[in-house]
Amino acid sequence: MQASVEGKEILRGLNLEVKPGEVHAIMGPNGSGKSTLASVLAGREDYEVTGGEVLFNGKDLLDLSPEDRAREGLFLAFQYPIEIPGVSNINFLKTAINEIREYRDMDPIEPKEFLALVKEKQKLVELDGKLANRSVNEGFSGGEKKRNEIFQMAMLEPKLCILDETDSGLDIDALRIVANGVNQLRSPERSFIVVTHYQRLLDYIVPDFVHVLYQGKIVKSGPKELALELEEKGYDWIKAETSVAI
Amino acid sequence: MSLVINQSPVERLTAHFEQELPSLYGDAALRREAMATLREKGIPDRKWEDYKYINPAALFKQPHVAQARVGLEIKPEAVTLMVLQPGSALAVVVNGELREDLSKLDRLPAGVRVKSIADAVVSDAVAREYYNAVNGTSADPFVLWNNALNKGGVFIHVDKNVQSEVGIHVLHISTNEVAAVSHPRNLFVIERDAQIEIVESFETLGPVKTFTNALTEVVVHQNAIVDHYRMQLEGQVGHQMNTVNAVTQKGSNYRTYTFTLDGAWVRNNLNIRFSESHAEAHLFGLTMLNGQRVADHHTIVDHAIPNCMSNELYKGVLDDKSLGVFNGKIFVRRDAQKTNAYQTNRNILLSDDAQINTKPQLEIYADDVKCSHGTSTGRMDEDALFYLRARGIGEAAARKLLVRAFAEEVVTNVPNDAIRAYVENRLDHFFN
Repeated sequence: MQASVEGKEILRGLNLEVKPGEVHAIMGPNGSGKSTLASVLAGREDYEVTGGEVLFNGKDLLDLSPEDRAREGLFLAFQYPIEIPGVSNINFLKTAINEIREYRDMDPIEPKEFLALVKEKQKLVELDGKLANRSVNEGFSGGEKKRNEIFQMAMLEPKLCILDETDSGLDIDALRIVANGVNQLRSPERSFIVVTHYQRLLDYIVPDFVHVLYQGKIVKSGPKELALELEEKGYDWIKAETSVAI
Repeated sequence: MSLVINQSPVERLTAHFEQELPSLYGDAALRREAMATLREKGIPDRKWEDYKYINPAALFKQPHVAQARVGLEIKPEAVTLMVLQPGSALAVVVNGELREDLSKLDRLPAGVRVKSIADAVVSDAVAREYYNAVNGTSADPFVLWNNALNKGGVFIHVDKNVQSEVGIHVLHISTNEVAAVSHPRNLFVIERDAQIEIVESFETLGPVKTFTNALTEVVVHQNAIVDHYRMQLEGQVGHQMNTVNAVTQKGSNYRTYTFTLDGAWVRNNLNIRFSESHAEAHLFGLTMLNGQRVADHHTIVDHAIPNCMSNELYKGVLDDKSLGVFNGKIFVRRDAQKTNAYQTNRNILLSDDAQINTKPQLEIYADDVKCSHGTSTGRMDEDALFYLRARGIGEAAARKLLVRAFAEEVVTNVPNDAIRAYVENRLDHFFN
């Protein structure tokens, strides 16, 4: 897959296969294209996909609108969750769930069932019940916003979750809560792409594979130990290796 | 059809006035004086600062502004469809005249009177005392026009200490066989320590163009509480000038809610004057515009007296090629110390061709005051839109949610459940 923004090529040919139940970490230095990858997969329109395809359960995601991608089971946990004053978290989630159910030819969720689900999933990330009733992310702290992302993920039960720098701006306690929530959502059917700059998050969410993204390409892939190596040596050795290869 | 051509709009208005005068109620001298002043001042055009964006002169060139009216018959079933809350008393005003046969006024408690103003200025001392008193020496052309030609409207009088549980819905309907103007004229006098809710709604029936030049005077006496709604729901043929001149006394609370949800052309002049201290005024407004509709809100809050509070929040949603205007004046006069005055106007433009002109205008001559104003205009938040879509919410539904959210800040201030539900329902159907 290739993608560009305002004529500038950001992703320059990237191949990745994620099987059900797998957790893939995408690491890389600033500006390597990590967040672009997350945004392109979710369908952000600021990016132009200039080539390639993204097959998801037999469909090309690139042909689908952002909402249809979500309805097919894709979930992006935002690096910077948006504040939406005037839209209550609960109303927002109910609308989302029912739109997804409609897409799948299911009846709207029963109010009772919905409330039970909210109660159950809030516990996963220790989200205060009061926050669920407030406007989406409005006045939430950085940690609360990230927990709310994972709470939404739990509510929507996606097949593929993309975590975009979910660790950024989190203190260690919040990081533990968020990671714990994610780990409880791991299952043989559900896959994760964890985009992160630091190895720290991967201590808690242990990946099956680690890929290094640099200058819009995956330049190195390996087992989880690769993350530790990156932590130890930094990204410079990758850059050096890559420039030799190019 | 008249054979007279080449008449200027003012000449046609004058000729029409002379024709109508013998059949009009009340003080003919007052009417003649108003007409003379109107003739002298002329009809506002783009050169008038207060009317520059909407140019009423263009409207006055159309023949129907000086045409005799032929009303259409209204069936009670049609009225039923326009009732906003079943529990309140209903005063139906058709083409500017109270129709007691269509109204339901027997629900009102003792001490609350709703009458035809044409009768009241003859038989009721309070109506006589206040009729045109709040307008004072206003030289606004639409006030003068209404003074010259109004055929009636409602007089509402609430006795002191009466807190009415039952609200009053004043339903204004414009309906004509041929295009015409009507001049509803209202006077609300709320005595001390009384409380009332008055919901005015404006509707049109039938396909012909209408112009409604409504004028309402409001007197809120000491410690009285008034909730005054204006629901502007006239259809695509409806043109409306709506003037409210209010004066409030010590410790009173006058709350206004202006919902401009339909109508081809709407201009509101809402003027509130504090005449005694420790009074409050609240001005809430929500405007939803699409197509080529026009809505212009001019508000004046006159802090003529110390220790009063005013709070104004107007929001606008503009789509297609619509045009909106907000002009909010706040005067804090030299002796009006300890004034609190707040004003906010926010707009979102949903299309490239929609236009909003917004102008907060604060003139403060006292030094110990708290005043603030803020205005913002923007597009729909694309990041928020993407966030909602990324959770599986379709684009249309996401836009709807965001418009609802934008309007919520105003809607949440509406104490009347039925009105709030009505507005929310209209918001949800705005895009359909």
